[in-house]
Amino acid sequence: MAKYIVKRLFFTLITLFIIASATFFLMKLLPGTPFTAQEKLTEEQLEILKDKYNLNDPVPVQYANYIGNMLKGDLGVSFQFGNRNVTDLILDRIGPSAHLGIQTLIFGAIVGIFFGVIAALKQNTMWDYGSTFLAVLGKSVPSFVFAGIMQYFIGVKLGWFPVAFWDGFSYTIMPTIANSMFTLAVAARFMRTEMIDVLSSDYITTAKAKGLNSFAVTVKHALRNSLIPLITVLGPLTAGLLTGSLVIEKIFAIPGLGEQFVRSIYVNDYPMIMGLTMFFSALIILAILIVDILYGIVDPRIRLAGGNK
Amino acid sequence: MRKTKWSFLLTLMLVLSVFAAACTGGGGETTPEPGDEGKEETPGEVTEEVAQILNIIDTAEIPTMDTVMGTDAVAFEVADAVFEGLYRLGENAQPVPGIAESHDLSEDGLVYTFHLRDAKWSDGSEVVADDFLYTWQKVVNPDTGSQYNFIMGDILNANKIMAGEMAPEELGVKVIDEKTLEVTLEQPVDYFISLTAFPVYYPQKQEFVESQGENYALEVENLIFNGPFTLSEWKHEEGWVYKKNPDYWDADTVRLEQINVKVVKDNATAVNLYDTGDIDRVGLTSEFVDKYRNDPAFTTIEETVVFWLKMNQTRTEALANENIRKAIAYGVDRVSLTDVILNNGSIPAYTTVPKGFVTHPETGEDFNDKYGDFYVYDADKALEHWNTGLGELGITELSLEILGGDTETSKNLNAYLKDQLEKHLPGLTIDLKEVPFNVRLDLDDNQDYDLQFAGWGPDYLDAMTFVDLWLTGGGHNKMEYSNTEFDQLVSDAKTSLTGVERFEAMQDAARIAMEDAAISPLYQRARATLIQPYVKGMLIQPFGPDYSYKWAYIEK
Repeated sequence: MAKYIVKRLFFTLITLFIIASATFFLMKLLPGTPFTAQEKLTEEQLEILKDKYNLNDPVPVQYANYIGNMLKGDLGVSFQFGNRNVTDLILDRIGPSAHLGIQTLIFGAIVGIFFGVIAALKQNTMWDYGSTFLAVLGKSVPSFVFAGIMQYFIGVKLGWFPVAFWDGFSYTIMPTIANSMFTLAVAARFMRTEMIDVLSSDYITTAKAKGLNSFAVTVKHALRNSLIPLITVLGPLTAGLLTGSLVIEKIFAIPGLGEQFVRSIYVNDYPMIMGLTMFFSALIILAILIVDILYGIVDPRIRLAGGNK
Repeated sequence: MRKTKWSFLLTLMLVLSVFAAACTGGGGETTPEPGDEGKEETPGEVTEEVAQILNIIDTAEIPTMDTVMGTDAVAFEVADAVFEGLYRLGENAQPVPGIAESHDLSEDGLVYTFHLRDAKWSDGSEVVADDFLYTWQKVVNPDTGSQYNFIMGDILNANKIMAGEMAPEELGVKVIDEKTLEVTLEQPVDYFISLTAFPVYYPQKQEFVESQGENYALEVENLIFNGPFTLSEWKHEEGWVYKKNPDYWDADTVRLEQINVKVVKDNATAVNLYDTGDIDRVGLTSEFVDKYRNDPAFTTIEETVVFWLKMNQTRTEALANENIRKAIAYGVDRVSLTDVILNNGSIPAYTTVPKGFVTHPETGEDFNDKYGDFYVYDADKALEHWNTGLGELGITELSLEILGGDTETSKNLNAYLKDQLEKHLPGLTIDLKEVPFNVRLDLDDNQDYDLQFAGWGPDYLDAMTFVDLWLTGGGHNKMEYSNTEFDQLVSDAKTSLTGVERFEAMQDAARIAMEDAAISPLYQRARATLIQPYVKGMLIQPFGPDYSYKWAYIEK
């Protein structure tokens, strides 16, 4: 296991280096200017500014400088926010985003699994149809629609929860529910299919024939084996949450990173684009690694340390 | 079998109920009643005194608290609340004394001597003339990277320093003593006092700034204030809080005790927050206007910002033809554009300088009254000029690209312009290129467009902020418009003329640009806004900060 993780971490670093390089050169192809007051500047002033931020250096030189600084842990300073450095900006804003993301994933997965299991156990009943309806809804309606509807009816009309902002647990409920609808739907559909599949397999029949009670069969055997494919889906879903929360953060005025990712591209804030890309890439790669390790835990048939294909 | 099913269900119920408990627990907190924040009144108590607390939102995080680096409305608005320059903008954007108690002006109009009052920084130290000298030299120093340093261009040697040809110490600013600052200009500037109210001109204390090093202005603790308010809290991307500054020289005038500002980027959310009473002011995008039009809190703030079509005469040669440009200018129904497409109180624009911005120094007439409107929508005239133009060029068809923004409003506008022009000018094909603001700036800079939907807001209280945009080779021209008579008039207005003569020279220059159809003005922007009627004295400014809070108060 340890050997496997070390090996994976090594590949992670190589992957990140490739991402950093690709992003850097793609970013250099971005049209636009990082200077929002450019129309007020004379040509000379614009040149002076470009020199100041080393934007007049040849691209390979800029690239070498960037990678060099990044290895030293310096992601540069943002164009949008005076002299604030990118690392601080990310650390400042990651809290709410992480909170919302994790809460969304846990809520979506648990509720999704619950509905999926119910639907599988109660096939072709109202329970099943209800859960299917919910899943179709969650998958097909974008999260910002849920967010807008909830904000207006639950926040403004009923006053049950705060309309927006990020100021305590009650402020997180509506964004979490709106943000988790897709995860919930995916988990529910997946769980239903897998559960039906597993419940009809031979070893379940054997277990039942041996006189094990239904609860033990369902939870210990069926649920555990049904969870494996779900883990596969939840990995990429985690990544999706990072970008998906972007609209949710904007609607509920949550001081997170989501909107900043798009904004920085919009205003050509090069250091911020690079910093956030690297940060999100590292998170996604880490999420995939965790999924792979979880695989080994839930399914003894998968042996990570083997490694010999 | 039945038993097992039940036990399974029970377990799931248990799991879920634990989860539900976790969701609704949260330490037994209740949702605060809207508008409760910060109120210290006991329920049922009838008080004469209303809490002097204003709750507002801004659409973005404060980009910077370093006044020399600010470039946008949010930065300027915050600076206006917590700092103060020699003068500040008062009613009708007229400068009123700030840190300067008064000033003298030399006969030749070149040397201003400012007399500073006794004012304090929030760390207890005096605001002195050196604070201005230090900061202004920093603004013009190219190493600083201030994008708004052009605003100091009228001060002696400033332009040479900005271009890196002179040392910042050569700037025409002298400290006579602690309370006297002498400023020498390149040439007389009628509106120089209003410039000193601009945030880039605000002072900073050298000793304090240097003691903070790279952290200066990054957080509340890395700042000192000399304005009506102090920044008492600043949570990035979330909001900030102003508190009344007890050390401010004019603290008796300031009635608001606290202003809570939250960052809300989504307009629908902002409107919802207004509806629940969480905030006292909200700007409305066009889809909300009809819903709130009859609300007593509804108001349209007429801005002095004009939008127009720039016509680049180099990329597509046809646009160098005056008749073609006039056809385009005549061919757009601006009334439908403002009333239907924008629906926010904006008005049609028929000149290069906004209405209600500056008035004749003697007669008090609006800048535009002398020559009236140009290119009021007229389909027949549009067609006439179009056919003449095509004939002169010897062509029957023309393809042009409109470069515009990619926001929802911009897209509607671009589509409208395409429809209008193709409808009124047979043989014309319009392609739309919709890009983010910063991309448009760059394409403008490289003159890589045919027609461009662009706008301009003033930087100081003088028609020149609009008139000199179209100088031959000027930094903002970028469309190869050139007229020697126009250039001469602007140059005279900038150097030898003053008062009425100068004003009329600018009027003539603006007329020439319009007669040449250098650009096609489209509309003058307004902001549809809901402001609670109990908010009084909040000043709306045409340049620099959108709002000033020094004189604001709550009266219920």
